[in-house]
This record gives sequence, structure tokens and C-alpha cells, in this order.
Amino acid sequence: MPEDVKSPAPPPPPEGEPKPTAEKPAAAAPAAPAKPAAPAKPAGPVPVPWTSPLVEKYRSQYGSGLEAQTYLGQNYLTVDRALIPDILRLLRDEEQFDYCVDVTAVHYPKREKQFDVVWILYSFPRNERMRVKTQIADGASIPSCVSIWATANWLEREVYDMFGIKFDGHPDLKRILLPDGWKGHPLRKDYGILQQDQEWVQINLGIESGQ
Amino acid sequence: MSIRESTNDVSNLDLDTPDKTYLDSNELIINMGPQHPATHGVLRVILKLDGERVLGTECVIGYLHRGVEKIAENRTYTMFNPYVDRMDYVAAVSNGLGYCEAVEKLLNVEAPARAQYIRVILTELNRIASHQLWLGTHALDIGAMTPLFYTFRDREEILKIFERYCGARLTTHAFRIGGCQYETYAGFEKDVNNFLTFFAPKIDEYETLLTTNRIWLERTKNVGVISGEDAIALGVTGPVLRASGVKWDLRKAQPYAAYSKFDFEIPIGENGDTYDRYLVRMAEMRQSMRIIEQAVNSIPEGPIMGKVPKVIKPPVGEIYHSIEAPKGELGYFIVSDGSTQPYRLRVRPPSLVNLQALDIMVRGLLVADVVAVIGTIDIVLGEVDR
Amino acid sequence: MLNAFMSYLGSTVTPGEAGNQFWALIYVLIIFAGVSLAVICMNWLERKALAHFQIRLGPMRVGPHGLLQPIADALKLMLKEDIIPSEADQFVFWVAPLIGLLAAFTVYTVIPFGPSQAVSDMNIGILFMLGVSSLGVLGIVVAGWASNSHYPLIGALRSSAQMVSYEVAMGLVVVSAILMTSLNASGTGTLSMIGIVQAQQQQGIWFIFKFFPLGFIAFAIFAIAMVAETNRAPFDMAEAESELTAGFHTEYSGLRWSLFMLAEYAAMIAVSSIAVTLWLGGWMRPFPNLLHAPAWEFIFSLFPGLTFAGLAAIAVIGTARMPAHSFFKIQRMGLAVFAALLGFIALFLLVIAVAGRSADTSVAARFREGIDYVYWFVLKVAVFMYLFIWYRATWPRYRFDQLMKIGWKVMLPISLGVLIVTAIVGVIFS
Repeated sequence: MPEDVKSPAPPPPPEGEPKPTAEKPAAAAPAAPAKPAAPAKPAGPVPVPWTSPLVEKYRSQYGSGLEAQTYLGQNYLTVDRALIPDILRLLRDEEQFDYCVDVTAVHYPKREKQFDVVWILYSFPRNERMRVKTQIADGASIPSCVSIWATANWLEREVYDMFGIKFDGHPDLKRILLPDGWKGHPLRKDYGILQQDQEWVQINLGIESGQ
Repeated sequence: MSIRESTNDVSNLDLDTPDKTYLDSNELIINMGPQHPATHGVLRVILKLDGERVLGTECVIGYLHRGVEKIAENRTYTMFNPYVDRMDYVAAVSNGLGYCEAVEKLLNVEAPARAQYIRVILTELNRIASHQLWLGTHALDIGAMTPLFYTFRDREEILKIFERYCGARLTTHAFRIGGCQYETYAGFEKDVNNFLTFFAPKIDEYETLLTTNRIWLERTKNVGVISGEDAIALGVTGPVLRASGVKWDLRKAQPYAAYSKFDFEIPIGENGDTYDRYLVRMAEMRQSMRIIEQAVNSIPEGPIMGKVPKVIKPPVGEIYHSIEAPKGELGYFIVSDGSTQPYRLRVRPPSLVNLQALDIMVRGLLVADVVAVIGTIDIVLGEVDR
Repeated sequence: MLNAFMSYLGSTVTPGEAGNQFWALIYVLIIFAGVSLAVICMNWLERKALAHFQIRLGPMRVGPHGLLQPIADALKLMLKEDIIPSEADQFVFWVAPLIGLLAAFTVYTVIPFGPSQAVSDMNIGILFMLGVSSLGVLGIVVAGWASNSHYPLIGALRSSAQMVSYEVAMGLVVVSAILMTSLNASGTGTLSMIGIVQAQQQQGIWFIFKFFPLGFIAFAIFAIAMVAETNRAPFDMAEAESELTAGFHTEYSGLRWSLFMLAEYAAMIAVSSIAVTLWLGGWMRPFPNLLHAPAWEFIFSLFPGLTFAGLAAIAVIGTARMPAHSFFKIQRMGLAVFAALLGFIALFLLVIAVAGRSADTSVAARFREGIDYVYWFVLKVAVFMYLFIWYRATWPRYRFDQLMKIGWKVMLPISLGVLIVTAIVGVIFS
């Protein structure tokens, strides 16, 4: 759910406090008799900029196309789509991120560039994990990184299957978890949770509906 | 395209240089599964054979796809907790551990020390149980019928402990976000200690049956070899990676729960073949026993539940947290939008990524070895398909 | 007819040699019934022993401790629908199990249960045995072919390749055993099965111990080859369930399938009998020369009765341990009846042992001798049967190419070596 549909209440309490979200300010009054009007409560963790030699190097190389942040101790780069796959290749070759943990995507339908494609990388020599994110529009495609990490083969197929994002240069981009003739990409936000491809069900299972 | 048309689509099987010693060798396409006694669930493997040699394989998965990630977007964090058990249903406790720890990270809370010790004990017990099931089914695939019964009988003791602790044997839902819900029952330490004394000679019993058995050696040595570099490139983790010589275990590299407090070793293999994977998993069972022994006799006092709000609403942000499940690196990538339901929950399944390596491992082997290699990768289809 | 009957009792040769066709027919019927009974017992024993190896109980319900399970299985198989693939060659499909059965059962005409207790003592007994048991391969190939299906055909070809390869090694060690029979005063050996056991008797040593370890190696090779011959674990890749090809008997159901199983068990008993005859002294009791005093004779002649008494005792203990609940009344009664039956057989055997104590030629003594011979022979074969089951429970199975490699690259050279060395040693020591 988008964050602007919150009740007009104070921001969520900082971590660790067992107080429920204050929807009833009046009831909470006895517990906190003399609260100042706008307490300087910390608003929870926020992403902070990530600085490291790696970041400096790439920032000097790519300038504004790259943003580096840290959230809760996990580093991530947000890059422009144009930088993929070069930055991934550089990360593998120069920075020794030899293990691609995961390739996944997130769908934000209300954004202009609807999809966030995320690569989670790990480096064995450095024992470091990082993420690389990029934003692409609906219908756009993104270069495949199968040639960089062989792991990405099935992982990208699953992203295609669930979101419909096409990967250029993938050797065999077809559905992996859903049957081949399925229409629709379930993990998109506009695909209902109970929705099924009734046509496929009728042709292949011979029943009227899968519900 | 209906099921019928897509059945024989094996166009992606690249032949490289097939070993053609005569002009028209007949390449045979054979289908294993999805119903097959040896594919450990509903897995379909299409083999392209030259006589008896495997030229290439294609795995067709998705028969057990239940849309767990989509469901997660429609359940609150607490409600989703029981769902994670059903993915790798053999090692349900590990799944729960990974998920609870990921959400705790997102909430920036830490479970108290007592809860962490309980978590470690139960997770390691589950690791032993998962490896026992693996051993029984793997031996059965290769033809040894008896270890299956022995491992299942011994696994019962672990499942009894789980049942006494949280009421369920298999899909335990043992942990909660912030700690554990249940206090250890009276007699928990005694039960666990009894299990340790009971089980130590049992591992030796399994080893007596298999480790130096000539037939076992011939069926597993140099079968399904994968090198360390290939394993890293393919993202393989867990005992498969360690058997190829890469000494990496998330419990040591990026410790979570209370693992940094315990002293244990990481067994590795040399050749990366099926026999090494067998030895690594047997050694892992022993190391798990070591961890449990250290943990159960030193559980600290204290609360078992951390300070977590009643309604779990993590702040906006993303997190990736992974643990060393018995099958490999099990990761949770959670995107929160500030509401009570995850915006996106991605599970990084170790079995799916390890299964990708099947193609490399079985090139050039005989058909009878394919079954052995599928067994040695140790996949659970619930996790592959989610 | 009575004369023909009684004349055999007075003879010391097999009915075949005595020209006594009537008694030979009796023997054939006894053997047929005996082997069928043995196969039934073997079925039960396999399921129970395998289960106990695997820490479970096995059949317990159909009859006390599952004793009636084989009968229930046989009934079930007879009542099953007889499915014949439409594209199969009808006649060949029908005849294939019969060929296997024929080959397995014909071998029994030469197997000696005693010095005159065989259907016929051909002077080429071993050759006959080797030849006829090879016919079993034909049954398998024909079954796979007639099924008109891909997987049974591959399974059949694999099975036949396996059997043929191990027959070579088997034949060579059989020759080395026969060589040992010629190490007597006259320097002539014999191919007759009864002659082989008598040679062991004359030389005073079971051939397994002769020229140790040569005899033992030859025996070991035969013991391994016979497991491969009968497609049993660890050489049962061709009929393993977890492989792709389900074996030559995939398309067979019901009674036809049970004929294949009958043939398999009968072949197992047949090759075990060969092993016992060639190396383990056939019908001879242990230590016939060392412990030859009449007292020892008497003690050893008590063994059959005592064995059955032991079995009866086990059955009695089983009856006592049955739960004292009304649900178990019939099972308890059944087991008690079985125990009583075993007890009667034990009593009968003990009476014969006592009555035929002296070494005279009275009917009781001859009867006792005959029973003793058969008993020791069957006991040794039973040990082999148990070993078959034990192998199946313990070991994984060999991959097919490894199996063939062992047959040709390991067993054949060793058996050749054993043969040559036996011949050399035999010449030196005679």
C-alpha cells in the first residue's frame, strides 16, 4: 500500500517500543502526561550515503548515473539503466563480486519507471555483500547478465515469468515456474491474487475454471 | 501453446561437440518425471542421450509453484510466518529462522540471547534431520534400501523434540518475529542431551554401511563433478559448494543468531564429486551435534521475546538477509512500504540455484548416474518452485 | 507297480539309472512340489528378513506373522486381470515365462540330494546343468521382445548381457572344481553331480578347502557369479525401480508375472544347489572323517529333528507373545497349530533318527540316512538363500557398465587364473 494513505497520526514509533501505533491520541494521554507537542522522535532508519573507495571510483567514472547508499548496514547502488551491464561486469572483474546471489524485481505501478530490477552480489574474497538497483519502464527490456554470472540464467527467467521484464541476450528466455502458454505475469501489482489464466486452464486441464 | 506442444521443445540443449564416432548416432530424448520415484518431488528432467551417455539436460520445474511470494504481499508479516515453513518443508525451522531474522533486521530489533540460543539449537537439530532425510533417499536411489529406514527411525527422535516444543513435527512455525513464542519445555535440555548421546553412534552406523562400501564408492566417486570455479559462477552454495573445495559457510562468514559464540568447523571436500558431498554432509551432521552440545548446556536466562510492537509495521526500506540453510544460502529480500504487509518478499531458494548446476554435472555421465546426481544436490521441490 | 516301487527302495542308484521310471516320476513330482514350497517359503522369508534388516516387521496380518502372505499373494496374482499389450506378439508373449520356468526347473533333474536321491545321475550332469540354465536367458530376451515396448526391450537385453557375461566366469570355475575331482588314484574325474560329491567324500575334504585358498577363490567367484546370474542385488540394475528401464517383465501382470518370479527363485535355489554340490560337499554332514564314531553319527543324525524342534519352539514363543486380545484369537490359534505341525515333524524325525540308529540296512536306517542327506543339503542351500536376502538388504546396486566390467575384466581373468593354477597344483600334488 502506498505510504500516503496513513492515518493522520504521529509517525510510526521508533524501533523497539511496544507502544501500539497511536491511533487514539486521547487514550495515550494518561501514559504520557507532559509530552511536548512535536517531540523530536527519530523517524526510524533512513538510507545514508555510502562512501567507500569502490563508490568513489565509480562515481568518478559514471558521475550522476550512480547513487550509493546504505540502509540498515546494507550497501546498495542505484544506477541508471544505461550503465547496465557495464557496471555489473566491472563489479565482477575489478571488484571481485564473483557470486551473483539473486536477480529480482519490484513493481511500483504508480511510478513512471515502474520496475526496480535488483541484483544482489557477494564477493568471496572481500566477504562483502551489495545490491545494484536500476529502474526501468514497463515494456522496456534490460541487458541480460548471463554472460557475467551463469547463475543469472534461471533467475532472470523467473523475473521474466513473474514480471514480464525481457532480458536481451538471454540464451533461453522462457517461462520457468508457470506453464509455457500462460498469459499474464503474476507478481505485477495489477494481477489479482486470485486471478488465473482461465483460457490456459480450460485448454489444458479441461475444466471451466481453476477456482 | 498447450502442454502437448511444449513437451518436446528441447531446442536449448546445446550439443557443443557431441562425441560422434560414427556417422548417424541416434540421439534419444528421454523424459524423467514429473512422476518418478527418484526425482524427490515433481521435477521433470528431459535428457538428451547418445546411447547411454547424457549429452544435455533440461529441467522443467514449476509443478509445485504455489505463488508464495504473491501471497506474502497480501498477508501481514506475522501471518506470513507459517507460509515459509512450507517452502523447504524438510528444513522448516531454517526457513522460519531466515524469515524472522530478516524482518527483525528490518525492524532493527534483535532477539534476546536466550531466544537466539533456542533458535540455534532447533535449527541445528533441523539440519541433522534434513541431512538424514537426504541420506536415506539418496542411498535408496543408488540402491541401498536399508539406510532409509535407519535414518528415518533416528530422525523420529528429532521430530519428537520438535513436537514437544511447538506441537508440530514437520512444518514447525517454531519462531516468531522478535524471538521465540514458546519457552523451552521442562526436560528440553535433557531430551536434547539424550538425543546427542543416542545419535553419535548412529552416524557411525550410517558410515559403516556406506563410506567404505566398495559399491558405494564406485557409484559415487567421480560422478557429478563440479569444480570450485564453476560452482561459484553458477551461484551454487551449501554442501555442494563446500565439497568442491570452497570453504565458505554463512554461519562463519556472516554470523547470525548466536553462531559466533560456538566453536565448530566447516568440512570441505576436494574433488567436488558425489562422494565428497556425501562426506561433507556426514561431517556437517557431526559439527551440528557439536554446536548443539555447546548450546544446550549454556542457554542463558532471560526473556525469549524481544521488544517488538504488536502490529509489525517496519519502516520504509529494503533488506536482504540470508542464512545457511541445510541446502545452501537461503535469502529473504523484503521491501517494506511502511504498512503491515510486505510490499515485495522475495525468497532466494538454494535448491533452485543448485539445480541449475545439474546440467553441468551430468554431462557425459550415464543415465543411471543422473538419479544419483539429482539426489546429491539435495533439492526440495517446495523450495525450488515456492 | 508295487514291485517297481519296492525295487527302488532296495537299490543304491538313482531311479534314472535303475530304469525305474515310476520312481523317477515320483521324484519329479516331489521335486516340483518341494521347489514350489521352497519358493513360497523363500518369498515369506525374503519379506520378513528384509523387513527386520530395515527395523520393521514385515507382513504380520495375513496369517500369524505373515505366514499366509505368500498364499495371499499367489491368489491375488491369479485373480488379477491378464493384460496383454495389443501390439505384442501373442504366442511369444505367452510362451516366454514358460521358457524361463522350464529352464529353471529342468536343472533339478540332476541335482543330487543324496547318493541315490536324484532323478537321474547323468554322467554329464554338470554339462547338462550349465547348458539348461543358459536357456533361461532365452526366456528373458523373448519376454522383452514380445512386449513390443522400448523399455522392456532394453531391460531384457541388459539382463541377458549380464547373465551371459557371468556365465563365462561361472563355467570356468566349475571346470576348476571338476579338475579337483580327478585328483584320485585313477586320475579320472567325473562330470556327474553325484560323482563330484563322492569325489569330495573320497578325498576327505570339501573342495572349498582344497588347496586353500584356490578352492575358496573358485567358490567365491561362483558365489558372486550366481548372484549376477539370477539378477539379484547388487546386480539388479535391470529390474531396479528407480531407474528408467523397468525390466523385461514390465508388461507382464498377474499370473504371468508370478511365473517369472517363480522362475527367478527356482533359479536361485538351483544355482545355490550347484554351489553346494561342487564345493560344499553336497549332502555330506560336517566332519565326516574327523568325527566318525557312532556316537557322533547319532548326534549328527539328531540335527534334522532338533532343527524342526527349534523352529517349533520359536513358533511356541511367538504364540505366547501374541497379545491376549480377542482380535488375535484366530492368529494365536493358527500359530499354535503351526507350532504343533512343526513339533510333529520334529518328533517324527527324532523317532526316525533313534530308530535307525544302527548302521544296518533296515528300512528305518535307510530312511534315516536319506533324510539326513536331504537335510544337510537343504540346510546348506538355505544358508545361501539367506545370503541372497542379506546382500539385497545391505548393498547398493552396481551401475550396468560397472557390472559388465566386473564380469569381464575381474571375474574372467581370476577364474582363468584359478583354473590354471588348480591344474598345475593338481599335477604337482598327485
